[in-house]
Amino acid sequence: MSASPNNLGDQDNNVSEVDLTLKDNDEADQYLTFIMADEEYGVDILSVQEIRGWESVTPIPNSPMHVKGVINLRGTIVPIIDLRQRFGLENIEYGPLTVVIVLKVESEKGERIMGIVVDAVSDVYALSNQDMRDAPDLGDHVDTAYIKGLVNVDSKMLILLDIDELLGSDSIPEINMPAIKEMSHEAH
Amino acid sequence: MSIDLSQFHQIFYEESFEGLEAMESCLLDLDTDSVDSETINTIFRAAHSIKGSSGTFGFTEITEFTHVLETLLDQIREGSRQLTQAHVDLLLQSVDCLRGMLSHLQAGEPAESDVAKSLIDSFNAILNGEETAASEPDDDQSNAATVIDDQPTVSTDNRAEKTEYVIRFKPELGMLRTGNEPTRMFRELAELGEMDVTCDIEKVPSFDQLSPEDCHVSWEINLSTEKEMSDIQEVFEWVEDDAVIEIDMVAGLFIDPPTDAAEQVSQAPQEELVIEASSESDKKAAKPAAKPKASTKTQESTSIRVGTDKIDSLVNLVGELVITQSMLGQLGTDFDLSKLAKLQEGLAQLEHNTRELQESVMRIRMLPISFTFSRFPRMVRDLSRQLGKQVDLKLMGEQTELDKTVMEKIGDPMVHLVRNSLDHGLETPEERIDAGKPETGIVTLNAYHQGGNIVIEIIDDGRGLDRDKIRVKAIENGLITESDHLSDDQVYDLIFQPGFSTADAVTDVSGRGVGMDVVRRNIQELNGSVEVHSEPGLGSTFTIRLPLTLAILDGQLISVGVQTYIIPLVSIVESLQVDTSLINHVAGGCDVFRLRDEYIPIIKLWEVFGIEPASKDISDSLLVVLEVGSSKVALVVDDLLGQQQVVIKSMESNYKKIEGISGATILGDGTVSLILDITDLVYMAGIHHQQSRISHLKAVDDHRAA
Repeated sequence: MSASPNNLGDQDNNVSEVDLTLKDNDEADQYLTFIMADEEYGVDILSVQEIRGWESVTPIPNSPMHVKGVINLRGTIVPIIDLRQRFGLENIEYGPLTVVIVLKVESEKGERIMGIVVDAVSDVYALSNQDMRDAPDLGDHVDTAYIKGLVNVDSKMLILLDIDELLGSDSIPEINMPAIKEMSHEAH
Repeated sequence: MSIDLSQFHQIFYEESFEGLEAMESCLLDLDTDSVDSETINTIFRAAHSIKGSSGTFGFTEITEFTHVLETLLDQIREGSRQLTQAHVDLLLQSVDCLRGMLSHLQAGEPAESDVAKSLIDSFNAILNGEETAASEPDDDQSNAATVIDDQPTVSTDNRAEKTEYVIRFKPELGMLRTGNEPTRMFRELAELGEMDVTCDIEKVPSFDQLSPEDCHVSWEINLSTEKEMSDIQEVFEWVEDDAVIEIDMVAGLFIDPPTDAAEQVSQAPQEELVIEASSESDKKAAKPAAKPKASTKTQESTSIRVGTDKIDSLVNLVGELVITQSMLGQLGTDFDLSKLAKLQEGLAQLEHNTRELQESVMRIRMLPISFTFSRFPRMVRDLSRQLGKQVDLKLMGEQTELDKTVMEKIGDPMVHLVRNSLDHGLETPEERIDAGKPETGIVTLNAYHQGGNIVIEIIDDGRGLDRDKIRVKAIENGLITESDHLSDDQVYDLIFQPGFSTADAVTDVSGRGVGMDVVRRNIQELNGSVEVHSEPGLGSTFTIRLPLTLAILDGQLISVGVQTYIIPLVSIVESLQVDTSLINHVAGGCDVFRLRDEYIPIIKLWEVFGIEPASKDISDSLLVVLEVGSSKVALVVDDLLGQQQVVIKSMESNYKKIEGISGATILGDGTVSLILDITDLVYMAGIHHQQSRISHLKAVDDHRAA
């Protein structure tokens, strides 16, 4: 009895492999993608709470550069993280198109609501695990734990982020995204 | 028909704990020389309710235990047994034991009954050992037992003389709604003796006007029993307020002629019906209270008993709010400038409503501090025996209300302080007589409101703190140096330092050297403060100051550069513009300024937080003098903006603890403002280790002035 659900699950996975190209596939996870410095990143759409325009924040003293501050989200205090600065990318001025994606992050201390500042929201893709390739090993000096995987969609590369890993812990390691990009491009 | 009784368990526990508390406080009030029958009755009633409801829920261990307890109480109540101190002690132990058993049951464990067994044995020893003195212990036992036993056992015992009673029982319309069940009472009456019931159904309205919740019938009962009048009254104990009850004793063995058959018939089916409908709930009716209460779904969640008046005022306020809202809504549908005055009026009303609603909601969380105070009489009683001291505990201001969360957290620090007062503060009776003081020491717990704070004082009239001893000890521990000249209060304050204890011997009660620092830390975590004042030979006073609630804070808005921060108003001593000539730079990187006779270290907020201020020149800025513990610091800010109550929001829930910040709040314009954590700030500014040097400076200065 106990084996039959597993078998069923295997079958489902097989089906999803066949229907790889189809969007809105039931077995695939949906990802919201956004643009940052001409690269497209994706986060699990189930962790996205809402998308807002940029508004001014209250800065937190003595916090890392990428923590812009906190905002009032209908009575809840929500920290805002600049993902460009978090990834060590070049800063840009915030404009009317600058977008804050409010995410639900699973951390050791329960669910947290956090916002990330990105250049623009792009698209929603349905991607299955089979599409995904592990991030290449970039050596000891680059932490890739927060990269869920890399996916090719329409000859573009998507970087899928594990936001729980990225934002869930209190101690935020330095990340050098240009280095990762360079090396992953080489890998392609 | 089965009702899930477990949904009532939580209520049972709450009520039982309350009952135990009542028993405990009454037991402590008892004076063995002149027993107040009302107090005994209260204890008996509490025990009886616990027994009744535990029987209902099938907690037999508790039922059995309370049964023996009740038997003893019953004899004392009847006057057939003289109350002794040994009884009181045993009863108090039983209260503890019951509390333990209930806690076990609440946690889903079987009630641990080793202690209970030995206590039951002690009870039985008392009951049996003096059996001759007890009038009718067996009868009492059976009488008490039948209350939980649903089997109506009609007494056929004729050895005692029977008395005939006529009982007229006229319930008011609403009696059934309070959870009282006439059938249950009749059943209990039937156990007392032979009984004849006549039912008066004259007042029952025609069927179309009949409300099943109302009680239209009244009864006349002829009862022949050898029991006392008081036994009959006890049956009606819970309905006294809801019914007219007349009990007359009829002389002789005269028995009323059999009542009209027709009436009996009409009464019988009704009674049956009621039994049918409530065979389950009538057990529950054995419980005295049918008060409204917050129901709790899980065992872990805590509940709070709220007075109906508070709920009523809330409902009223919400009603007003709805009216204001509809008025404003109507105004908005076709608004033109001519209605501006009306709009402003409406908005003012809205503001008024909101504020009142907020206050009202906060009041719901407020409980009288007697909930915390109530544990002390017992503790003081036990401790004073253990220590061989005579102590009189006085409680004042028990009705002072404070937030439930604050109350839960202040209990332990207070226990510690009271233990300390008893152990270290008060002298032994001999010492007291030698000092020319009455033998009995007095410990006073006093609570009152002062501004937005609650002040709790723990006062003893003992020997006071020993200044020299504390000083020597502090030098030993390296807290101060030989050359430090400290004021009395500064010396006394040292007892709150970690690892400080002057107790000559470590006792079971206190003196392990952990404690006072923990007390202070716990109180500071509640945004409160504790200080001690002492007079040698006259006693000491510990004063705890606490905010009434943890959810709202009186704040002072300040600005530094473009940022607005909030300082808790309680910690602000004064704000002033300062003359640069009064500012000195102490080697080691700390600026101090002289305020009257004190040197106060300066913290530049812009420096600590790394932000750009409007001006770095102190003469352009304001100094806000803050009190941290017993010392003072001055914070440099650009401007003072205003004072307002702010709702505290946690930063940790979505981010993490930020050094120097205790929380955040949302201002009127919707922006977030951070609340400063003063203790943290002092630490961040690195001033803490310089404190002793500063106080030293101050002391030298005092010295010069003198």
